[in-house]
Amino acid sequence: MERRVVVTGAGIVSPIGIGVKEFKKALFEGKNGVRRITHFDPSSYRSQMAGEVRGLELKRYFSPKQIRRMDRFTQLGMIAAKEAIEQSVIDLNKENLNRIGVLVGSGVGGLSTIEKEQTILLQKGPQKVSPFLVPMLITDIASAQIAIEYGFSGPNFSISTACATGTHSIGEAFKIIHRGDAEIMITGGAEAAITPLGLAGFCSMRALSTRNKEPEKASRPFDRERDGFVIGEGAGIIILEELDQAKKRKAPILGEIVGSGMSADAYHITQPTTDGRGIRKAMEEALNNAKISGEEVDYINAHGTSTPFNDRAETKAIKSLFKENAYQIPVSSTKSMTGHLLGATGGVELIACLLAINEETLPPTINYENPDPQCDLDYVPNEARESKIKVAISNSMGFGGHNAVLVVKKF
Amino acid sequence: MDKDEILEKVKKITSEQLGVEESQITPEAKFIDDLGADSLDTVELVMALEEEFDLEISDEEAEKLITVQKVVDYVSNHLGEK
Repeated sequence: MERRVVVTGAGIVSPIGIGVKEFKKALFEGKNGVRRITHFDPSSYRSQMAGEVRGLELKRYFSPKQIRRMDRFTQLGMIAAKEAIEQSVIDLNKENLNRIGVLVGSGVGGLSTIEKEQTILLQKGPQKVSPFLVPMLITDIASAQIAIEYGFSGPNFSISTACATGTHSIGEAFKIIHRGDAEIMITGGAEAAITPLGLAGFCSMRALSTRNKEPEKASRPFDRERDGFVIGEGAGIIILEELDQAKKRKAPILGEIVGSGMSADAYHITQPTTDGRGIRKAMEEALNNAKISGEEVDYINAHGTSTPFNDRAETKAIKSLFKENAYQIPVSSTKSMTGHLLGATGGVELIACLLAINEETLPPTINYENPDPQCDLDYVPNEARESKIKVAISNSMGFGGHNAVLVVKKF
Repeated sequence: MDKDEILEKVKKITSEQLGVEESQITPEAKFIDDLGADSLDTVELVMALEEEFDLEISDEEAEKLITVQKVVDYVSNHLGEK
């Protein structure tokens, strides 16, 4: 019999809330998390705002040694993982830790660590570079640190596909359990790339919104006046578990992952194809994998970055795949509230889908003011909407042309 | 700087780097066996000592500095050499 995979825990660190409870409230209230950058002085940058995680007391979670020896992306991942593991009530003394794995990705890795040590290299020479540079910057280290903390010795690695990282990670963790290589996977994404160099790079690409006078209105997916994405940071981690095992230990079941799909644009290093054929194919693969028809899809959590290219291409892809029915499916971009959490976005948005299913409420696309004739779907503008939904899909598209889609179903 | 002052500074740095209480850091304490340092910790600790006392400690010398007292003696003998 086919192994089924359910979600038994969730943890979030985001610009609109630390912890799922706070995130949920903000998500349905349409709260905005974008502000002027405080991590450093952004005055000389084209884009001066971000979705920063505010009010995080690292001392509550880590020893001083851990604070110094983990990059921020790992810290955010560890905090979200802790929440997810606690919600899932995994008894570390009872479970077979050899059958629990970790697959938490990062798109960028320890960028702030690289910048700090590069400065030391230039100012003081190679002998002064920290022995912790490498184990702090590598993108697999969040997975490793979570395993070390809890003793999970099942499959452990990371995936890095830029802004599709979180979705790819969850999709692969789903497959790992499905094929029997683990019973439980801790999975999702973590990112902390709001750094002087990171921001400069994204600014130079002209990828970011420059609406600096109105930070709270800068992330406006599908709106005609959108002018780029807003960089964000955070982590979204879920616990995936084989269904029978979850039932046996009476774990809370938040939903079922029923399919995942992937594709490449094979087109350009940063731009999506104009017709969105890459993300269309990934959605189609995911639905086929889930054995679910297009008519059954009740909600799409869009990638919806708020760049002119992305939102147009994604809209075309949805219309191309779902045909006339596309106009009946609510599509929203929670990036309108959180900004774009890059590698963490897939984890956060899958949790948004689970909340939508369990709370029977669709999260809105805020800042939607001016309809764009090229983006003419139902984007759940500005206010959350009650709706009984059974099946949701979550889209992610990463620089490099990586596309990943998850299908999640009410349990 | 006398040896007592050096010891106090070494204790403080060791406590910060390794995350152990200063009370545990006796002169006889071994960094790896008693204070829980791993190979990366010891590299970072030596770098912090170099910074604090304005010294350059070679890898060969650093390998011999296994206790707090050995560090104090080394620093005392080499202060101001650089």
